[in-house]
Amino acid sequence: MANSRAIRSGAGRDPHAPVTNLVLLKLLISARLRSQLAYRGSFLSDVAGQILLGLTEFVELYAIVHNVSSFGGMTFAQTLLVFGLASVAFALGDLLLGETDSMSETIRSGKLEVLLVRPLPVLLQLATSDFQLRRVGRLIFALAALAAALLFADITWDPAKLLLALITPLAGAAIFCALFLGAGAMQFWILDGRQFANAFTYGGRYVASMPGAALFFPIQVFFTFVIPATLVAYAPSLVILGLDGPAGIPAWTGWLGLPAAVVLSGLMLLLWRAAIKKYTGAGG
Amino acid sequence: MRAYWELAKSSFRRHSTYRTAAVAGAFTNSVFGLIRASLLLSAITTAGGAIGGYSAMEAATYVWLGQALLAPLGLFGTAELANRVKSGDIAVDLSRSVNLTASYWAQDLGRAAFDVLPRGLPPLIVGALVTGLSMPGSPEPYLLGFVSILAAVSLNFLGFFAINLLSFWVLEIRGFWMLYMVVMNLLSGFLVPVTWFPGWLLEFARATPFPSMLQTPVDILAGRTVGGESLAMVGIQLLWLAVLLIVVQMMVRFGSRRLVVQGG
Repeated sequence: MANSRAIRSGAGRDPHAPVTNLVLLKLLISARLRSQLAYRGSFLSDVAGQILLGLTEFVELYAIVHNVSSFGGMTFAQTLLVFGLASVAFALGDLLLGETDSMSETIRSGKLEVLLVRPLPVLLQLATSDFQLRRVGRLIFALAALAAALLFADITWDPAKLLLALITPLAGAAIFCALFLGAGAMQFWILDGRQFANAFTYGGRYVASMPGAALFFPIQVFFTFVIPATLVAYAPSLVILGLDGPAGIPAWTGWLGLPAAVVLSGLMLLLWRAAIKKYTGAGG
Repeated sequence: MRAYWELAKSSFRRHSTYRTAAVAGAFTNSVFGLIRASLLLSAITTAGGAIGGYSAMEAATYVWLGQALLAPLGLFGTAELANRVKSGDIAVDLSRSVNLTASYWAQDLGRAAFDVLPRGLPPLIVGALVTGLSMPGSPEPYLLGFVSILAAVSLNFLGFFAINLLSFWVLEIRGFWMLYMVVMNLLSGFLVPVTWFPGWLLEFARATPFPSMLQTPVDILAGRTVGGESLAMVGIQLLWLAVLLIVVQMMVRFGSRRLVVQGG
């Protein structure tokens, strides 16, 4: 049954038409999904683990917030909005490009060479090679947190805020994709430097999900204007909630998420190209 | 005994060759320390004084000691044994004339000994410069702290070893690994001191071995617990050490009977 579906989706096309990347992407992802769903027990336990991961990230925030009336100038429901937006963005980014985090393994094991000889963009293969549906577990929890936040945080909506609320998770996902891409590219130069990149990818996630006003001033500036982590969720939340930001993250940065995502993605793609070009083989 | 000493030494040497990894780890742990310290300090400032028994300086010290000990204590673990079960190399391990658990334990202690300086010192220096540290002036907390660190390294080792040993029974331990990491990170007090938790979670955490894996050595080193209380905490660590050791030995014993290595 599963096989015949794969064949049909291939046979439905004109056999002489060139195979576009989009068709391949669809084929590859659907094949990955079917293979992951084949082991139902293991899949379900993985999803449960991912939900639990989201839950502990929430408890980490809650363990701080329940001790104080406001955290970084935000009520509990307001911090939940930041947490929810950041978690949705990270879950999406991780789902798409989380695999580049372990680039050094791919290089060291010679797996990269296999990817390079195939007539497909390496990035496309990486994104599909480990399209881990279990990471959806994290997304489920993130969406639930976001829904709760929207319910409890007193927000007076207007069209501009609604638009911002819609583009924010997508821009945030693009920012995390770009950070993962940069992390992967960096490991071409510093093979043992995976942990170095974690300061920006996972450190970025950590910063993004917390009220930025609670950070030291230099950290605010760095994670807003160099690594745009606070632009993922905190800065847009300021605009949506009608709050004033701290000195390092003024409220006008709330609209910078999308432009930052575009610029950062462009830069990281250039870095990625340079990295692939620089690669000289692992003797495979 | 000689064999285990040699294993520990060679493990120390092995880890000392990955210098870039050590620098990268120290850098990242320092960045996380800055983020974590600023969050806790901000909350304490808002609360006006102390939260869960931690003043601002004590909380900052807690964060920096935690970030410094993170790598030496082995809070990330390794899946080496599980990988060797997958590849079949475990057959070689089991036919050696050394105890399986003890040989891996010795290697982990060697790793920890190397990690202390290159991965532990930088976060402490950053912490001393940025927020300052409140360290005790008398020698006792350091002496007992050393014992507590040894116990915590061993506890972390045994915890991850037990998860690895599950690979004798199941094909893929990733789900269990993930579950363990998530729960351990939270309940060990690595993210936030356990005394900051709501009451029900605090009680739950204290019924598990996890606080003994990080919070205990950090609190003893910082001089937060002294005298009899510190000794009692180390006693709890040793108790859990005995429990985990028995669990692991049982797993090795029954698991290796079940284990089937394919091929020759």
